[in-house]
Amino acid sequence: MNAHNDREIPAPAGTDEPEPGTSLWKDAWHRLWQNRLAVTGLVVLCCMTALAVLTPWIAPYSYDEQDLELTAAGPCARHWFGTDRLGRDLLTRVLYGGRVSLMVGIAATSVSLVVGVLYGAIAGFAGGRADTLMMRFVDILYALPYTVFVIILTVYFGRNLVLLFLAIGAVEWLTMARIVRGRVMSLKEKEFIEATTIMGLSRGRVLLRHLIPNALGPIIVYTTLTVPRVMLLEAFLSFLGLGVQAPMSSWGLLIQQGVETMEEFPWMLIFPSLALSITLFSLNFLGDGLRDALDPQSARS
Amino acid sequence: MARFIGRRLLHFIPVLFVVVTLTFFLVRLAPGGPFDAEKARSEEALAQIERVYNLDAPLHRQYLDYLAGLIHGDLGPSLQKPERTVTEWILLRLPVSLELGVYALVVALGIGLTAGVIAALRPNTFTDHAPMSFAMVGICIPNFVLGPVLVLVFALWLGWFGVEGWGAASEKVLPSITLGATYAAYIARMTRGSMLEVLSQDFIRTARAKGLSEARVVLRHGLRGGLQPVVAFLGPAAAGLLSGSFVVERIFQVPGLGQEFVMAARNRDYTMVMGTVLFFAVLIMLFNLFVDIAQAWMDPRIRHERA
Repeated sequence: MNAHNDREIPAPAGTDEPEPGTSLWKDAWHRLWQNRLAVTGLVVLCCMTALAVLTPWIAPYSYDEQDLELTAAGPCARHWFGTDRLGRDLLTRVLYGGRVSLMVGIAATSVSLVVGVLYGAIAGFAGGRADTLMMRFVDILYALPYTVFVIILTVYFGRNLVLLFLAIGAVEWLTMARIVRGRVMSLKEKEFIEATTIMGLSRGRVLLRHLIPNALGPIIVYTTLTVPRVMLLEAFLSFLGLGVQAPMSSWGLLIQQGVETMEEFPWMLIFPSLALSITLFSLNFLGDGLRDALDPQSARS
Repeated sequence: MARFIGRRLLHFIPVLFVVVTLTFFLVRLAPGGPFDAEKARSEEALAQIERVYNLDAPLHRQYLDYLAGLIHGDLGPSLQKPERTVTEWILLRLPVSLELGVYALVVALGIGLTAGVIAALRPNTFTDHAPMSFAMVGICIPNFVLGPVLVLVFALWLGWFGVEGWGAASEKVLPSITLGATYAAYIARMTRGSMLEVLSQDFIRTARAKGLSEARVVLRHGLRGGLQPVVAFLGPAAAGLLSGSFVVERIFQVPGLGQEFVMAARNRDYTMVMGTVLFFAVLIMLFNLFVDIAQAWMDPRIRHERA
């Protein structure tokens, strides 16, 4: 992470002993640690992730196992979250649903991250005609009603999970590209990039090793903010019956099933809704905290 | 100003072209067809139908024919519900969706602006934290959770509102709140941020110094600058209201355009999908244009920058 040395914060004047320099990352970590909400969010997310990873081992039942004595039962000792109308344990289904929802969230965000960062960095670095052309293309895509396209994609090409997150990722990279481009454009005028030219580094190396690492702050922030958007989109699609298919479950699908029976069995709506809302809360708090920590200027505006 | 609008209208053309092309080939290249469900049909009858709807021509031919129709404003007949043309279907469903959208926008602006201004008046006190926590809840709870919960509490348990369709006024309250809530939350946060910035500026101090009432300072001088980011947000918000309406129309059984689109996509009603997508695209672009005009009108700096 040599590239960050130029952003070291100078020791305040007037003190007798020079304070040891703090790096941007140490400083940011400190600021994040001060933010109770963000730390809570981080802890909750770590727990959620652990639960999702460990689901096959810790879930009390298998996801399609039916308890025929207790169908549509409320929360009780045997089934903490109750059961659905087929007698399947709701806690288990929420756990498995979380696995799918988190997986889609992470995978789709990765797609948007890779595409957005590379596209934006290349456009910003190339500049001139290529940049204008590439950004005009982004402008056009921006104007498209993208939810509509995701719906069309999922309807017409089957409810394939991989395709689902590819489709979501493919429409979510635009803002990332814009952010990275802006950052790269201002960075490439800096002295240390000039120095790389003098050193004779190849353009690809400058881009990957010096420009992108220096844009990491905004990239991380925007990524944390993309995950909840993507998870919401998955839940939205599943809710419309276009996403994940039974007997698999995702939070969106569970919520949709809960809505159908909410009058008699409200817990079927409440537990999956809580799981989704808590996750979204945590992600948003963490994202806000990270923005304040890594990018103090944009936080103020 | 006229030149500005003219140039922006010209930008519509490439966008619409991409929308038409992308939708057309996405829909057509996918497996399955609009008449798959009716298995009883003989080969011959199927061929007959395809001939009538020009579906037997080579794909590029169909595409060009569609474009030609489009230039004349002809969206074709609906394949699944041939009793009306696509244009007639859209015009039939549009008023309902439009009404829902306007109410939701009123909810969003009314609640959002009020909460944001109140929060900005005394930052870091209870009157700031309370509305802002509420806004965070609004952002994190998706409308397909909020809607059913509202129905459960206010319609089924308390019985205050009806929820079966879109007729009486009492049936319109919950859908509008559900659709508007998220945007109210975003607008509240944005208003707070920009109001805080504006209220700390010199001209506000001047306004106070010349003895204006606090209400006049905040509402007339403060809000004018504080509204800028909110106006800019209305563009993306319009697109969001649209996709939100797919869910809300379904939860509350509102016979609007969103439902029509989802149904058409599922039934592979090619012309209907194309028509609705195009219509949505035009709607979003027009809204963005209005937002830009409003911004240019409010702030001369933007006008000169973009001219």
